Amino acid sequence: MKLKELESCLQQVDGFEEPKILLEQYPTSPHIAGCMLYTIHNTFDDIQNKLVADLGCGCGVLSIGAAVLDAGLCVGFDIDEDALDIFKGNVEDFELSNIDMVQCDVCSIGSSYAKKFDTVIMNPPFGTKHNQGIDMQFLQTAISMASTAVYSLHKTSTRDSSDMTCQHLISSTKRSRLIFKWTSFDLLQHKRQKGNLVALQNFSYRLL
Amino acid sequence: MKLLTHNMLTSHVKGVTKGYPLIIKATEVKVNELEFNAQFVSRMIPKLEWSALIQAAEWLGQSQDLPSALIPDYENDEEFLRKVHRILLEVEVIEGCLQCPESGREFPISKGVPNMLLNEGE
Repeated sequence: MKLKELESCLQQVDGFEEPKILLEQYPTSPHIAGCMLYTIHNTFDDIQNKLVADLGCGCGVLSIGAAVLDAGLCVGFDIDEDALDIFKGNVEDFELSNIDMVQCDVCSIGSSYAKKFDTVIMNPPFGTKHNQGIDMQFLQTAISMASTAVYSLHKTSTRDSSDMTCQHLISSTKRSRLIFKWTSFDLLQHKRQKGNLVALQNFSYRLL
Repeated sequence: MKLLTHNMLTSHVKGVTKGYPLIIKATEVKVNELEFNAQFVSRMIPKLEWSALIQAAEWLGQSQDLPSALIPDYENDEEFLRKVHRILLEVEVIEGCLQCPESGREFPISKGVPNMLLNEGE
């Protein structure tokens, strides 16, 4: 599947009807999701026939993309029932069977799923709404859940704390092979909430 | 909720030491076809708690002569892999609940989604 096809496919995914600001809800744009998933699939082969987790899946843009790229199974995790309802609707519209979902608090998962998943993909909340540090919690959980790789979006301003989190986790999890690097894309995302342009943010991809 | 997912879920109620496996009480179950991939199923098997999977299948009345212990050389047994594929990925619990075997706390499953959220203090 070509990148353009994937992007136009993801444009069909329904977003939030009434995004909850405190949960930092917004749909990952089809362009960013497409680029991210396309790279993960074509460069790293971490989607097809793999067990994939999507943390903070929301309406499921990343999961739908992973399923369309033939993940063995993609499991979405989110705290919000309304988001998961929309996700369900999307799964039905796309007629996908290789998706499952769990309602839970990603920050309380701990090590329940230690290394159960091949790959974790996510666009985590950034911690801008009285929840500072939440992106690092998501990252910690993701690293414990994944046996092969974690792909996540983070603000460039948090790059140093991400690197520190990873260094700490390398020594505590005793992974023999943990490669991480940042890949930048010149991407801008508009966050539109109730018709008002809220913020322009630069995203960098974080590849583990 | 598919059984591959159920196989990973545990109860985190305060004080519980072994909230696994969660007992499945299903009121609605569906079977949703999914393309069979021998390699994927084969790779998932070592990640599973096999006895928990067999129990889950029994609770759903879907045991269908799955062995209680893993057979050696299962990677090359397509018939076996197809049975595992069906139980892991095609059978879905739509409505019901999951019960913590230790505390008895019930986690509802609604529209195929298990709700593992705990209330404050739990």
